[in-house]
Amino acid sequence: MMPMRRRTFLAFLAALPFLKGGAKAQSNRLTRLFGPPLRSPIRRIFVAGPPSAVMAYVLTPERMLGWPTQLSAPAREFVLPVVRDLPVFGRLVGSSATVSVETLLSLKPDLILDVGTVDATYLSSAERISQQTGIPYALVDGRLTESVQQLLELGELLGVQERAQRLAAYARASLAEAARFRAGGRRPRVYLARTATGLETGLEGSINVEVIEVAGGANVAAAAGRGGLTRVSFEQLLSWQPDIILTQDAQFFQLTQTDPLWGRLRAVQNKQVYLLPSLPFGWLDGPPGVNRLIGLRWLVRRLNAGAEPIDWRAETRLFYRLFYGQEPSAAQLEVILKTL
Amino acid sequence: MKPPSVFLGLLLLLLLGVLLALSVGKFSLSVPEVVQALLRQGSENAQTVVWNVRLPRILAAIVVGAALAAAGVAYQGMFRNPLVAPDILGAAAGAGFGASLAILLSLPILLIQGLAFVGGMLAVGLVYFMAQAVRRHDPVLVLVLTGVAVGTLFSSGTSLIKVLADPSVQLPSITFWLMGGLNGVTSKELPLLTGLVGLGLIPLILLRWRINLLSLPDEEAASLGVHVGRLRLVLIVAATLMTSAAVAVTGIIGWVGLVVPHAARLLVGPELSRLLPVAMVLGGLFLLVADTLARTAALIEIPLGILTAAVGVPVFLALLMRGGRS
Repeated sequence: MMPMRRRTFLAFLAALPFLKGGAKAQSNRLTRLFGPPLRSPIRRIFVAGPPSAVMAYVLTPERMLGWPTQLSAPAREFVLPVVRDLPVFGRLVGSSATVSVETLLSLKPDLILDVGTVDATYLSSAERISQQTGIPYALVDGRLTESVQQLLELGELLGVQERAQRLAAYARASLAEAARFRAGGRRPRVYLARTATGLETGLEGSINVEVIEVAGGANVAAAAGRGGLTRVSFEQLLSWQPDIILTQDAQFFQLTQTDPLWGRLRAVQNKQVYLLPSLPFGWLDGPPGVNRLIGLRWLVRRLNAGAEPIDWRAETRLFYRLFYGQEPSAAQLEVILKTL
Repeated sequence: MKPPSVFLGLLLLLLLGVLLALSVGKFSLSVPEVVQALLRQGSENAQTVVWNVRLPRILAAIVVGAALAAAGVAYQGMFRNPLVAPDILGAAAGAGFGASLAILLSLPILLIQGLAFVGGMLAVGLVYFMAQAVRRHDPVLVLVLTGVAVGTLFSSGTSLIKVLADPSVQLPSITFWLMGGLNGVTSKELPLLTGLVGLGLIPLILLRWRINLLSLPDEEAASLGVHVGRLRLVLIVAATLMTSAAVAVTGIIGWVGLVVPHAARLLVGPELSRLLPVAMVLGGLFLLVADTLARTAALIEIPLGILTAAVGVPVFLALLMRGGRS
């Protein structure tokens, strides 16, 4: 009896903020604000980590104060000049946080934006940081399936509703399409290969394979359980025999094309290994942000024979113009779409 | 038990271990199927699993375990200290830095291994030359202290790389690498790995009598005709070669080089020509058992470094307590 009661209580506790919020909870159901009330206009945004950086960039690039990680040289070419030379501050929360409170204070941001996991750790650190610095802190649930609402809520918060609505429309279309195909039919078995060896992958429920699950693919590594990332052996792959192998690692893609061992996998024999673009942000992951929406569209088509084909050059141009503010050049398109 | 029978007994155990390891794994194969595959018969997938996945991995586990144990024997003899591990002079820290850098730069596997190897050699090289410059203290003490310092420096470098790495793409790979594992080993790595380990082993075998004399104070060893400084350099080069080659392929694996020589010494005593072969077979056996557990005990691959620590630390503490009583 005891554990049941405790669980009921915890569920009640978890529901409390929503009960309290009343009517307001509906429009802000993903965003939790900490610290002093927001003063608009918000002109200076400090991003807490990579998914937040993508979010801030697609909504209001000119208000970003810096990047959490260094943009690679090729990635720089894909983003607007206004953000190319922003300083790199590192991450604010998590295992290798490098931003000090003093840095934060000296930057005088109007808002700290943190899109990603919302759990007790992140909630408490958001509260602590906002208390310590007196800077408003917005913590937003960053799940892919909530992309529409994330964009709308943050558009509202930052006063860029119109832009947010255009991006949200793309997100809505992309997610609705995925939901339609997810509902029926066979789920192709997908393996996400990470790193140069390809022998690292995400277990069921890991944020790194979220896009596969949303697109209606069955993650073969789910057989090994739920959790985060794991290493696997080639022997496991041979017994899983995925239909499709996805990767963002060019070195690994090269390996599958030349190594006879990888040639033992049916997916390799059937040429079902795909190197997805990672510039300026990954189509599958890296970071797990709204950058995955185009990857989702691509994956839905790859996994469902029934989906109407798309001209990927046009679609990529559209997505990059819409989200990243500039179209890739013909040469850039060639590079990122070569292996799709 | 006499040393030869200890050695033969361990060799037999190792053979049993190999047979057991060949017949278990994530790809379900019955024992007859494994035997068939070994004879190049049966399904192609079974043959691939046995010849291209399990066998290379088993051999790599044995070679790496033996190499780390041999390096441990060399260092424990040289430093006259049973608590010394092969990474005391910064080989593992240097290799970790090299591999992390390669992962950060998204380099192919061969270069990740190459940079790890170079990093290990470089760290120890730095330690040696810096220690040479210090003349006023006991050379062994200076080596150890410089090793700790340089190792820390390289570890900080690795930490810096982890901060710079993309948290959803590169950072997990770096972390996995630093925890060690044999899941990526293929038959391609084996010849070079075995060659480098063999190369490091040659001086240990040729100089076994002089290495025994290192247990004496420097002056006494010198009076018996041993050029202590030169011998120390040769041993450092040999042990570092073996450690760096091993770690480059597997990532960082602790405790083998510390615990195994210790256990071997309890079995056959400190005399090198007896100790070295027993320690190497024991090291190979230890890592083979650990790696077989790593790939079969759970649905996921357990990082090898975690298992070697989980087994190594209790054994080490037991040895320590036993040593204290006698």
